[in-house]
Amino acid sequence: MNAVPVVELRNLDLIYVTDREAVLALEGLDLSVYSGELISLVGPSGCGKTTLLSVIAGLIRPSRGQVLLHGKPVSGPSPEVGYMLQQDYLFPWRSILDNALLGLELTGRLDDRSREGVLELLNGLGLENTADKYPHQLSGGMRQRVALVRTLATNPDLLLLDEPFSALDYQIKLQLEDLVVDTLRQRGKTGVLVTHDLSEAIAVSDRVIVLEARPGRIRSMYQIPEHIRKAQPFYAREETGFNELFHEIWRDLESQEERGNRN
Amino acid sequence: MNSMPVSGEESDRKLWIKEKWLQHRKRKKRMARQVLATQLLLLLSLIGLWELAGRLRWIDVLIFSYPSKVGAQIVKDIVTGELWPHLFMTVGETAVGFLLGTLVGTLIAVLIWWSPFLSKVLDPYMVVFNSMPKVALGPIFIVLFGAGFTAIVVTTLSITVIVTTLVVYNSFNEVDSNLIKVIRTFGGNRRDVFVKAILPASFPAIVSTLKVNVGMSWVGVIVGEFLVAKIGLGYLIVYGFQVFNFTLVLSSLVIIAVVATAMYQMVVYVERKLLKER
Repeated sequence: MNAVPVVELRNLDLIYVTDREAVLALEGLDLSVYSGELISLVGPSGCGKTTLLSVIAGLIRPSRGQVLLHGKPVSGPSPEVGYMLQQDYLFPWRSILDNALLGLELTGRLDDRSREGVLELLNGLGLENTADKYPHQLSGGMRQRVALVRTLATNPDLLLLDEPFSALDYQIKLQLEDLVVDTLRQRGKTGVLVTHDLSEAIAVSDRVIVLEARPGRIRSMYQIPEHIRKAQPFYAREETGFNELFHEIWRDLESQEERGNRN
Repeated sequence: MNSMPVSGEESDRKLWIKEKWLQHRKRKKRMARQVLATQLLLLLSLIGLWELAGRLRWIDVLIFSYPSKVGAQIVKDIVTGELWPHLFMTVGETAVGFLLGTLVGTLIAVLIWWSPFLSKVLDPYMVVFNSMPKVALGPIFIVLFGAGFTAIVVTTLSITVIVTTLVVYNSFNEVDSNLIKVIRTFGGNRRDVFVKAILPASFPAIVSTLKVNVGMSWVGVIVGEFLVAKIGLGYLIVYGFQVFNFTLVLSSLVIIAVVATAMYQMVVYVERKLLKER
């Protein structure tokens, strides 16, 4: 593996301050993600999965510890990092092409060449002839694909995926998982996926990281076996060993819940 | 369906579907006609009853006048040209108060969105000013700006600005925070957030305050004219009242109703145009 990780968290703590109290949201996180890897974060609600993504994206500053991107500390949002949200959040008043160009516009890199590139991306992800349409004219799956194009348009090396499939119908979700994994692999991108769907986490990623809630901590880490990793997400679910791994991680998550209930 | 449908069946079905649609359209048209007919009937019988009551002296003609007298008054004012200066002055004041009120109100909303500190500081002042009957400030405006156009426009502004600010500022705050997050993930600053997300998302709300403000502006202008004017439709009402010429009062009211409706419809039309392009 590469010497310098794409993302590195070093003893990261985050305190959430509200008017009523201050809460320790993340505690003592150490994590490295290497180039080309796709890792998943799973855990009970309240374990700070989404918060952690926001910290990596530079939207929230950690209270203590460091986030390193290619070995350099993160000080704010950077074009090297792409972020995909739970829903598409396309801007209803912009055409599909204008939506996809948003990131280039904001980073001041919009020109004829980059526009051409985005059009190619749209075509490559099965969105031919949608450039001049508006979001409300597209189905949920297509809209989420536009959101993927918008994220990829600025050509980030690292993609943060915050439950990007959770709002979709099951069938569309499976198709999109395949598409996203293919796209990331082909382009050699690194990815961090947050999900509450354990089978998705195993089918899609190289490593699954189980988080604990209140405070958010890393509980355990599971390396996904080679043959499951190599398979497309849709078929990975049928590979030998998939179910055993699923149940192992499931028990891990459940024992945590019981402990939480007793407290 | 295991075989190709017979073409006769196919065209039968198409005919049947089309027939259903035509029936539906016919029903809708008939309904629209009936509504319009009832509306006209209602209006004409009210006017007729009024006319009758006036001519037969069921009501005090000195106070209530009657339609043909009111109509004659309006025609006379139009023919002699006496109406136009009053009408233009009032419409001008309303238009200026309306446009300026929307503009200034929106600008203040932008300002307090930009600075949460300023928003907190101004909050109690806005609450007081909003609860206050602004028309009560009329005498102060007259002393400040002189009895005339400016004082009337300022009276109008005092009514429209605060409402616009509150509505627009609210709509700024109601923009989905995830749209803002999208901008921020690409490294956009506060200005980008405003220009690319907040403003376009609030555009419909801003446009719809236009409609509210058109009504508010008429209130402000007429009240302002009651207080100071020597010209304008509000002045005609007060003057007619003072000399006990209620035909003049009622004819001014009719003209206000017509012109205010026309102005409102114009704003509705503009609103539709502006929002259609989205």
